[in-house]
Amino acid sequence: MTILYLLIPLGLILLTIFVAAFFWATRNGQFDDLESPAMSVVLDDDKAPRKTNRRFS
Amino acid sequence: MTTDTCFHCEDAIPAGINIVATIGETPQRMCCHGCRAASEFIAAAGLDQFYQHRAPIADAVLRPEQHNYAAFDKTDISRQFVATDDNGICESTIYIGDLYCPACIWLIDQVLTGYEGIESVGANPASRRIIVRWHKDATTLGAILAQIATVGFKPEPVTPGSSLDAERTDYRSAIKRLVVAGVFGMQAMMFAIGLYAGEFYGMEDSQAQLLRVVSLIVTLPIMGFAALPFFRGAIFSLKQKRPGMDVPVSLALIIAFSASLMHTVQQAGDVYYDSIAMFVLLLCLSRFLEMRARHNADDRAQALAVMLPAAVTRLNSDGEPELVALSSLAPSDRLQLQRGDVIAVDGRIYSGHLSVDESMMTGESDPVVRGVGERVLAGTTVMQGDAIIDAAATGASTQLGEISRLIEKAQHDRSHMQTLSDRFASVFVLAVLGLAALTALVWWQMAPERTLPIVLSVLIVACPCALALATPTALASAASMLSRNGMLLIRARILDCLHVGSVIVFDKTGTLTRGKPEVASSDIFDRTRADKQQCLAIAALLEAESGHVLANAFDRFMPADMTLDEPAVVTLAAGVSGVIGGTEYRIGKLAFVTAIAGDRPLPAPSSDMVGSEVFLGCADGLLARFVVCDTVRSDATSVLASLRNAGFELVIASGDNNAAVQGVASQLGIADYHSDQTPQDKLSLVRRLKRESKRVIMVGDGVNDAPVMAAADASVAIANGTALARSSADSVLLGNSLTPLLSLTQIASRTRRVIRQSLIWAASYNLIAVSFASLGWVAPWMAALGMSASSLLVVSNALRINRPLAKPQLPAIDTTSESRSVYA
Repeated sequence: MTILYLLIPLGLILLTIFVAAFFWATRNGQFDDLESPAMSVVLDDDKAPRKTNRRFS
Repeated sequence: MTTDTCFHCEDAIPAGINIVATIGETPQRMCCHGCRAASEFIAAAGLDQFYQHRAPIADAVLRPEQHNYAAFDKTDISRQFVATDDNGICESTIYIGDLYCPACIWLIDQVLTGYEGIESVGANPASRRIIVRWHKDATTLGAILAQIATVGFKPEPVTPGSSLDAERTDYRSAIKRLVVAGVFGMQAMMFAIGLYAGEFYGMEDSQAQLLRVVSLIVTLPIMGFAALPFFRGAIFSLKQKRPGMDVPVSLALIIAFSASLMHTVQQAGDVYYDSIAMFVLLLCLSRFLEMRARHNADDRAQALAVMLPAAVTRLNSDGEPELVALSSLAPSDRLQLQRGDVIAVDGRIYSGHLSVDESMMTGESDPVVRGVGERVLAGTTVMQGDAIIDAAATGASTQLGEISRLIEKAQHDRSHMQTLSDRFASVFVLAVLGLAALTALVWWQMAPERTLPIVLSVLIVACPCALALATPTALASAASMLSRNGMLLIRARILDCLHVGSVIVFDKTGTLTRGKPEVASSDIFDRTRADKQQCLAIAALLEAESGHVLANAFDRFMPADMTLDEPAVVTLAAGVSGVIGGTEYRIGKLAFVTAIAGDRPLPAPSSDMVGSEVFLGCADGLLARFVVCDTVRSDATSVLASLRNAGFELVIASGDNNAAVQGVASQLGIADYHSDQTPQDKLSLVRRLKRESKRVIMVGDGVNDAPVMAAADASVAIANGTALARSSADSVLLGNSLTPLLSLTQIASRTRRVIRQSLIWAASYNLIAVSFASLGWVAPWMAALGMSASSLLVVSNALRINRPLAKPQLPAIDTTSESRSVYA
């Protein structure tokens, strides 16, 4: 079971990378809205709204 | 959706209305032209999927409102709300009070994206804010606001750097702590399984030591980061000399961690890293949910700002009107006001006169007329007329500012109350420490070498996991149950207070009543000349021109097949006259109408409704008398009767005049009512009730209710009341109906019962386990197992709150918008 001495530290390194990535994503505002993105899967693109370069009237 | 409700706003379509709009090639019925315009706009923009995706509507109104958004393009005003970076990208946070469901966000997103210059639109439905980024040359804040307003929302830009930032920082660090506790906790639990397996099947000492050291490493971030708020809370509450639940939690964590650390260093004995991880994870989770619920509803930062316009029309030294930011006003400035304006300052009228809706400030349901030299208040709305006023007080020195100070004071007074579990916690800590000391003393006499392990096991078994989890899990469960029943839970206190014998104080205008005028009764004098429907149609046509507050009552009777021959003529403080089909009609005060209709003896009114009388007549004589008043909500009578049967004491406290309050009170069968109440009067009423050691729950909607709501033991706000009232409430009624109050009482008693059961279970488990441990009978694995099982039991007990409710005893509920609840 000496492989543990390699695998466990390896696991810890991966864990640290994950947590660092998560902190970055949080700081980036990716977790600020946990509700509406879930809906966007259903809502988007079933009929594309008219997209123009029209200015506000 | 039945054909009897408006396709757009889902309000009932009044009789005689036949407005049809073609949406996605299907003709749909509408209740008014406003709805038709809004839905045609939505359809024309290719956004009609909105109607499939939206949740049930909270407030029936989605009508575009007139608003001067161009004001936000003035440099000195826009500077307050817009942050521009070096690349010319502007960012602004916009608060939208009606933002409750994902379809709303989708709609706003679709309306904005795709237009030139918009970089991105981000939404936070929880705090009802959207963040828009755009290029500074392409468009302006004012244009964006106007665009949002076209679909019927009321956008209000937020000053950056306010409490919103603090809220966001809190939220982000809570989510970080939760994930750290989760992922590191899973590692700790995984290594713990290795250690347990080693106990049973044998394991080399070096490998066991490896697992211990690794567990210690993964537990460090949990103790040092995820559990930090508990330690801070404990230190803070000890400094305040009011130890709360954080104290035993911290104590348990520190003891379990030190014991594990000691055993790791000694390379022998049991470690409890997995228990620490699980405990912290569950606590972080329940606190995270609680925080989200609180942020969802806390509009305080926005409350005052939303009530007042950001820009006002000031007369400069040459008497020319100019648009300036509210913040740049001085008390001696002269302001121009017109119909529809929200007055931004306290002041006196210099010239002209106004009819002002002061109901939000005073509770008075009828608009009041103010002439030269008379006072007007900040936060009230001009219904009719135009005038020039001298500002007397601005900002915090207005009466509105005074009210918000009252609220703060009341909230400060109330923060000294302790929750049940906090009181429990302080007793608990003392008891455990005492027991541990006693155990140590006894074992020291009997067998000194066994003292340390046994004292340690006592302290670990006494870990109040279940005890600490009992209240938060039950509350999280209750909050989700309440939101499914049309209520938002903000602070748990409301569940504590709502039991038999409590006094519920209701505001009248906007709470028990709808807060807008309606035709309560009509007497038709000459049925052969015009029947009721015709009379109402004529009245609606004439009143549409008047802009009078009572005119709104007739809106829903607007006929599709009748028009005025020429524009109607409005005579101030008298009425309106107009020609329809060649006949002149007059509507308004009796004398104004009889001037053409001739006098005749009037029959007695057919109902005892109290309200303003409006007469309709033509040259052929008087046609009808309408009583227009703010009518009682359709479910108020049944809800109040059920509450009374359930043993609650009901009181009405209103700022309105005696006749109006008495009318409503007798209609609802409430004997105890108070009229002409200022906010201070209401406060002293609530204080008096509290001195009689009764629990007081206040239900209200207006600015004048807000201080009282803060001072009462608990309070409920109406969702479409003022933001100030919402911010001082403990829960919010989401739909436009009082019925969820009945569910609230049931859920409250259920939650109290569950919390009591869980606390008793957790306390007795700890008590028994601690006594066994002090006798030296508890093996460490038993302690760990018992701890987890007991926590699980408490969590599943909390889930029982989500059982379906017994149907409240209600007479048939009508199907108008009033009785619908909303799922936010």
